[in-house]
Amino acid sequence: MLVADLDDEALRRTLAGAGLGVRVGPFTLRLTSAQPVLARSLRLLYGPNPIAPAGSFIDFHIGVGPPAGLRRWVRPRIRFTLDGVAPFWPAPPAHVAPLFEWGLNWCIVTEAHRYLMLHAAAIERDGHVAILPGEPGSGKSTLCAALVNRGWRLLTDEITMISLDGRQITPLARPVSLKNASIEVIRRFAPEAVLSPPVEGTSKGTVALMRAPEASIRRMAESARPRWVIFPKYVKDAPATLVPETRGRTLIALGDAGFNYSIHGRRGFEALANLVEDSACFRFSYGHLDDAVAAFAALPSP
Amino acid sequence: MKAADALLATVMRQPALAQDLPLDGWELLIRQARRSGLLARLSYRLNAAGALAAAPGPARPHFEEARVLSDKHARDVRWEVRDLRRVLAGVADRPVLLKGAAYAMTGLPPAEGRVFADIDVLVPRENLAAVERRLRDHGWGNWEVDAYDDRYYRRFTHQIPPLTHFLRGTTLDVHHAIVQPSARDAVATRPLLEAAQAVLGEPGLAVLQPTDMVLHSAAHLFNDGEFNRGLRDLDDLNLLLRHFGEQPDFWPALLARAEALGLMHPLAYALRYTAAILATPVPADCLAASRRAGPGTLRMAALDRLFGEALAPDHPSCRGVSSAPALWLLYVRAHYLRMPLHLLVPHLLRKALRTEERTREASVTDANARLNLPGPTAQSRGHG
Repeated sequence: MLVADLDDEALRRTLAGAGLGVRVGPFTLRLTSAQPVLARSLRLLYGPNPIAPAGSFIDFHIGVGPPAGLRRWVRPRIRFTLDGVAPFWPAPPAHVAPLFEWGLNWCIVTEAHRYLMLHAAAIERDGHVAILPGEPGSGKSTLCAALVNRGWRLLTDEITMISLDGRQITPLARPVSLKNASIEVIRRFAPEAVLSPPVEGTSKGTVALMRAPEASIRRMAESARPRWVIFPKYVKDAPATLVPETRGRTLIALGDAGFNYSIHGRRGFEALANLVEDSACFRFSYGHLDDAVAAFAALPSP
Repeated sequence: MKAADALLATVMRQPALAQDLPLDGWELLIRQARRSGLLARLSYRLNAAGALAAAPGPARPHFEEARVLSDKHARDVRWEVRDLRRVLAGVADRPVLLKGAAYAMTGLPPAEGRVFADIDVLVPRENLAAVERRLRDHGWGNWEVDAYDDRYYRRFTHQIPPLTHFLRGTTLDVHHAIVQPSARDAVATRPLLEAAQAVLGEPGLAVLQPTDMVLHSAAHLFNDGEFNRGLRDLDDLNLLLRHFGEQPDFWPALLARAEALGLMHPLAYALRYTAAILATPVPADCLAASRRAGPGTLRMAALDRLFGEALAPDHPSCRGVSSAPALWLLYVRAHYLRMPLHLLVPHLLRKALRTEERTREASVTDANARLNLPGPTAQSRGHG
């Protein structure tokens, strides 16, 4: 049974009552919220995700609700909690979708040390994974959103989860976070993509979330092998250009992009060394998504 | 007692019991342990009892993850402590490590699976200014402590405001005493420093002698008013007592030292609650003697209720309507023990007004910085 199989009323009742078990990648979440905004947002962005049967082991107990205190009567706010702990400041109810994504990111990167985690997108084609690390502003999420609407499978947009031997990437298949101008770019590039209403005035500007393609969510249990590491960079009107990067520099850059690289110590280094050894490494600059998609389609199979 | 009945406390006492837990029992155990800072230690304890293999598949990664993190903390603490020794050379030639850092450097049982919020070190008061200057020259500072808090720390606590390293984000608490000098039962630092012992294989570092280590841990837990890691701190005491207590002359020495330092009350609580909650084998005569020297029957009964609440895992499954008032009373008690009443009342009022929406401290706040998230960072933790 999928989240989308519950009608609005049932979804809201479950969230407000015992909570809703949802499978997201390898994790099982239990979500509780008396707030209708969460139900609406879940239906839109997590509709194709399976509901976990009652009695499943829960990895993350997540709540979305009003903070304590009197202010809630003056200025409504919602708060993300992991098992009762609130890692962020409360936000307006309209921010529910990005708040939930950031909250879940936080749960995963602070706990899921069964993986080596990098700040990178990952997409897959024919069993081969391309890892796209990117600083904010590099155009990583826009490129990722474009490619997964042109035949690539979305594994993840924000957190790439690597097995501790460096040989497998485990998918999350969660929404892609689009910021500011990218929102309109993707709307025009992929009108069929499901986007949340844009949320203005977050700490990252205007944010809209693109639901993961249904096929990516259906295949979220299928891990795949890393084969390319590609550092994207958006440059206005530039032609799509792939330039080989050395394995050494790639390894250092991936370490810098690590969420828990230092936590794993030597084991983390060895995992990245294996990953880089198995991968062709490039820097990629692009100015137009169509060119970028063509360049990725022409990537030589490893 | 409430804390003793918690699932986590039960399994910490008798790890083999975990083998019979149903799936949702394992889940609750993990949640309580994570929030108590005990998940990695529990993992080692279950493993030693042969019970970890019984953990159901989806529960197992949570234990492994906690061990990965505690291993990392152990590496970092060793590195930081050795760097500290280098930085302090000449101004504090034998800094005395306290609590977690001391356990880690000496390999005492509480070191296994322990996670750290900060590093604690004790230096003579007369060296304090020089130590602070030296640390500031090497990248340590209190970047987010306001003038009020700064004054508060220096006037009423046993430490300077927590220092954070500007690059690594590590927090360092420099103490000049083990309880507040303004406290109703102040403890002289000199005898502690004089009795401190060298760390084997780590020249230039020292730790408190065994009795003092236990007494400091007890004074800290029962007089400081913060209990979000209460059960973890109690288990530190449990492990220290089990370890040192194998020497029969430890127990009379512990009582005598508590008497000499004026720490009989905290010791009475430590022995009473480790025995009750974690089944620590405290010799009966020692328990009775500390009880006689401890608080009177009425006060003890009241404290049993309060500590019984506070030492339970800091998890919604263990917190009820009586928890918040109990924690608040212990918080006020801690302040009452540390400052005169005419200063206490305005201080608590100020704190109450400022903490309207204080967010609870998260376990790892680096993620907020990395993900550029709108939450507290490692440097914005406040004091009680």
